Amino acid sequence: MDLDALTGCLASSACLVTQTTSGFIIGMLLFLVAVGLTLIFGVLKVVNFSHGAFYMFGAYFAMTAYQLSGSFALAMLCGAAGTALLGLIFERVFMSRVYGADVLMQLLVCYAFVLIFDDVVRMIWGPEFKSMGMPAAFQVVPLFIAGGVVPPYYLLLIGVALAAAMILGLGLARTRIGKVIRAAAHNPGMVSALGINTGLIYGGVFALGGMLAGLAGALAAPVRSLTPGMGFSVLIESFIVTVIGGMGSILGALIGAILIGMIRSFGSLGFPLFTEGLMYLFMVIVLVSRPTGLFGKEVA
Amino acid sequence: MTELQAEQGAQALDLPHAQPKTRRNRDVLIALAVFVVLALLPAVFSSKLLLDFVIRCAAYGLFATSLNLLVGYTGLISFGHGMFFGLGAYGFGLMMQKTGVPVPVAFVATLAITFFVALVIGAICVRLKEIYFAFVTLAFQMLIHSTILSWVSLTGGDQGLRGGIPRPPFLGIDLSNQLHLYIASCALLVIGLFLMHRIAQSPFGYTLRMIRDNATRASFIGIDVWRAKLTIFVLAALFASTGGIIMALFVSGAYPEFAYWTISGEGIFINMLGGVTTFLGPMVGTVLLLILNDTVTRLTDYHGLVLGIVILFFAIGLRKGLMDFVVEWYAQRRNSAGERG
Repeated sequence: MDLDALTGCLASSACLVTQTTSGFIIGMLLFLVAVGLTLIFGVLKVVNFSHGAFYMFGAYFAMTAYQLSGSFALAMLCGAAGTALLGLIFERVFMSRVYGADVLMQLLVCYAFVLIFDDVVRMIWGPEFKSMGMPAAFQVVPLFIAGGVVPPYYLLLIGVALAAAMILGLGLARTRIGKVIRAAAHNPGMVSALGINTGLIYGGVFALGGMLAGLAGALAAPVRSLTPGMGFSVLIESFIVTVIGGMGSILGALIGAILIGMIRSFGSLGFPLFTEGLMYLFMVIVLVSRPTGLFGKEVA
Repeated sequence: MTELQAEQGAQALDLPHAQPKTRRNRDVLIALAVFVVLALLPAVFSSKLLLDFVIRCAAYGLFATSLNLLVGYTGLISFGHGMFFGLGAYGFGLMMQKTGVPVPVAFVATLAITFFVALVIGAICVRLKEIYFAFVTLAFQMLIHSTILSWVSLTGGDQGLRGGIPRPPFLGIDLSNQLHLYIASCALLVIGLFLMHRIAQSPFGYTLRMIRDNATRASFIGIDVWRAKLTIFVLAALFASTGGIIMALFVSGAYPEFAYWTISGEGIFINMLGGVTTFLGPMVGTVLLLILNDTVTRLTDYHGLVLGIVILFFAIGLRKGLMDFVVEWYAQRRNSAGERG
């Protein structure tokens, strides 16, 4: 414990800005992963334990695309589109076979793919740490806000994540496809009886969830190191986010992600070794006081 | 809840309750026979590897079978059961390293600690249902794991409890001798399995099945569901802790991985592999997984890939564990034979 560091930081505007920004980028990356998770759970009622792998693949796809083309935009596109395709195949070929089965069977299929995907990445890209490097366009002088250092790339990252949140929220609320998806989440039998192909919706939602996780991985690639198994800690953290926010709630995922980002960022100052413990403690407190999360609906 | 579990409920009701005393005597005899066979193994095969294998089976088998009391019998999918495995290993290891008390005292004290921790954590967890129960147990597991990692002065942090665990002889038993440790592990395994089987076959065990199949109905006929769930949560924790103690004795140390959530994941996998509707399913699963792990690790570096494909075979191909599959196949064969005759 190092509470002096924490209080010292809270008193300095420079440190406050730096830590808040870093809390935000952790939170925004987590939000992109968690919102996919919450969407898949909300519509398919499946807890996608392999979701972290999509984050990992997004990062590796982006790195490879960037190394081959040198284009940052193309790297992001490859990360997102590649994982969307992967999500679609995964759902249609494997997950769709265990929908009627036990929850345990679904968890087990996902667990199997956590193991398989990690080894596949190890086979293709090797076991060692990789790094994509910061694209030249962002290697510029950082901004100084109230004495705190804010790299421009962080702003891009936060902007993209917020834009994705808004597009997703408005898309689900306003568009026809959004309405069909919400209807399928509520009553798949009825939707199917109306002549809508629910298999297509399920595959589409899984692809969308995979794409969001992949985009998060691609956005993280320039600032994080890449390693097989990197999806795992992100998976656990995004689980905490969805559980805190309430399974199935997009707003909950956003708020939960920012809270966890701040706990990580400021917790690392005050409790360097126990930062993760703080997150779990927070999750326990939330679950004990509100069993369905902050924005979850009470299940009768 | 599910097809499989519903079937188990139906099957369980057919069992005669007429002669509990004879059944108990029969169980004691079976347990003794198993113990004698296990104890004689070293006399027949002089392989150190085999003894090590059986000790590991005892540690993981107690853990997995106790998890099945929650998953298979009560319908509580715990993703944090491994915390009690880790607690057993660390509790016992620390007790032996720091206090120098005799082994039996440390054993009982570790179970006492597990009892209180499980009581507190269980009281919070069993209020929640299904996926929320799974998550809150996972959170507690990770909380304990983080505590082990951060409390470096006590636990050694990510290095684990090193320097070996002292195992002073008691009552003529010297646990630093591999043969003695082997016999002690077998005894703990057989006693543990016997006790768990008694719990599963007791009226309380049937109450648990009823809660699994329909908790609302159970509470309507006057069963205190919360209390029953908490009781089995604590009992299962004690057996998992015993598994952890065996593991700590075996490796002469304790490592943070013992309390990591993957231990719980493996426990669930063992249960699915062996089957959750028979009492011995988790034991079969343990043996299968350990053999699988040992051979796959020897043959390839991509051990996750092979393991993953095997899991897929069970989850998508069989849709049930091995023992469930065998039992069902046997019942079907008997049925069709009955129709023909």
